[in-house]
Amino acid sequence: MTARDGEASRIGHLLRELAPQVLGAVVRRFGDFAAAEDAVQEALIAGATQWPVEGLPDNPRGWLIHVAARRMTDALRSDIARREREAALVRQEWPFRDPTSVEHDTGDGDDTLTLLFMCCHPALTPSSAIALTLRAIGGLATPEIARAFLVPEATMAKRITRAKESIRTSGIPFEMPCAAEREARLASVLHVLYLVFNEGYAASGGAVLQRTDLSSEAIRLTRAVHALLPEDGEVAGLLALMLLTDARCPARQGPDGELIPLEAQDRTLWNRDTIAEGIALVSAALRKGPAGPYCLQAAIAAVHDEAARAEDTDWPQILALYGVLKSRSDNPVIALNHAVATAMVEGPEAGLALLDVLVSDGRLAGHHRLDAVRAHLLERAGERAGAIAHYLAAAGRTASIPERNYLTTQAARLRGD
Amino acid sequence: MKYMLMMHAPKEGWTTAGIGTWPQKDIQAHIAFMMDFSRKLGESGELAGAEGLAGPEEAKSVRARKDGTPDTDGPFAESKEFLAGYWIVDVDSAERAYELAATVSAAPGKGGAPLYMPIEVRQVMSAPCVDE
Repeated sequence: MTARDGEASRIGHLLRELAPQVLGAVVRRFGDFAAAEDAVQEALIAGATQWPVEGLPDNPRGWLIHVAARRMTDALRSDIARREREAALVRQEWPFRDPTSVEHDTGDGDDTLTLLFMCCHPALTPSSAIALTLRAIGGLATPEIARAFLVPEATMAKRITRAKESIRTSGIPFEMPCAAEREARLASVLHVLYLVFNEGYAASGGAVLQRTDLSSEAIRLTRAVHALLPEDGEVAGLLALMLLTDARCPARQGPDGELIPLEAQDRTLWNRDTIAEGIALVSAALRKGPAGPYCLQAAIAAVHDEAARAEDTDWPQILALYGVLKSRSDNPVIALNHAVATAMVEGPEAGLALLDVLVSDGRLAGHHRLDAVRAHLLERAGERAGAIAHYLAAAGRTASIPERNYLTTQAARLRGD
Repeated sequence: MKYMLMMHAPKEGWTTAGIGTWPQKDIQAHIAFMMDFSRKLGESGELAGAEGLAGPEEAKSVRARKDGTPDTDGPFAESKEFLAGYWIVDVDSAERAYELAATVSAAPGKGGAPLYMPIEVRQVMSAPCVDE
């Protein structure tokens, strides 16, 4: 990397770190989220082009707020001027506080957090919330977000515009949720961050197994939320869960992009530093108080990551943790994982009996993971023909090409030819 | 000009007679071939889009009812073939599109023998030419 590249990447990082703070400050002053978002994007572009040439301003954050506020003022003035021309209206009283002043700016993270609550508001659809969060909080440009989600740029631009429109029409305010609402609202923030991570990690559709740019962006954002709310156990738990899962990334894919399951991974490839950080986070969170679902999932991931070999995995502990998770949540995917852990501790037949309960429940009907787990347990129980049939059934149902390739190959392996 | 190359697979094939019944090394060779084909297309600057489609087991046929609500039917066991996936290539001539289709058609199958799959090639419509 040349010195100039290093400088450009430092500026890029700084701009993305400042983006939500600047946007928060501008929205707080002007109240118009959609217009503020456009103005801040312009300010970020101005920073990205001017700073490498002119050098960093003394107060980069103030500089960006100033530029964005000026754009806002210009836009409002021309808007007002246009309205005056069109309707010959009497000049209205300027309805805002002095928007160009940066003196009242407190500079803390409250604006970022308020903004995050706004972008992840439950009134927005998940896809809107995700797009908006990546742009407004993550400071990503629309083409970057479009690339990450494998959709045309125009589509993503439209999605963002519509998300901003729903913020306006549903009257979502730019303010911290009250104490009574806060926990539920934080849960939807964490859910959006989790979806971003998962989209990167599991890449639900398409030919690519992992889109690490989205995973690392989710980790970066969750880290930022954790810095703002260091006492919150679920934020720490989610960050730990992401780190402990992401640490296995280098071992998850073979040379031809094929999926390598946890038990077959080369564990020396796992990222030890990331695992250590995740374990420290989840241990501290568990010491503090009752563990929420993210903390428990992080604890399970930690048990996997602590095993030097697959056969060293402490399955009884994992089963106990899934037992707690299952008792608190009615999520059929958790019940499915609980069945896997049961099979590891008590034998495949016990796991298969739990799968039958899940089948009668019906919510996972047609889900490929139900077939994949059944295939795996039947294989362990020595029922080869059944295992082959269910591997193939799962292969026919998954929407992920690497996963389909993996499942088809498993069936072929069992046929032994 | 753009062409869509559509890969059709025999429906009953894929779990009972097709790839689902091949030996493991043949499946792996087939997958490697397909990945290599897409990678080369990307490198030559001719790839405009490609998607693999999920299996036909969950496919539905949908029609609007009189009130506009969806009437869902299927999956259909009787159809013989299903669309497994497609590529959209941006190439200089129809011949080049046919050449690419022939490459995919000969993807290795059981025992490494070429599959000679039928690949449907259709030109993608575009905006009218600029008037001279």
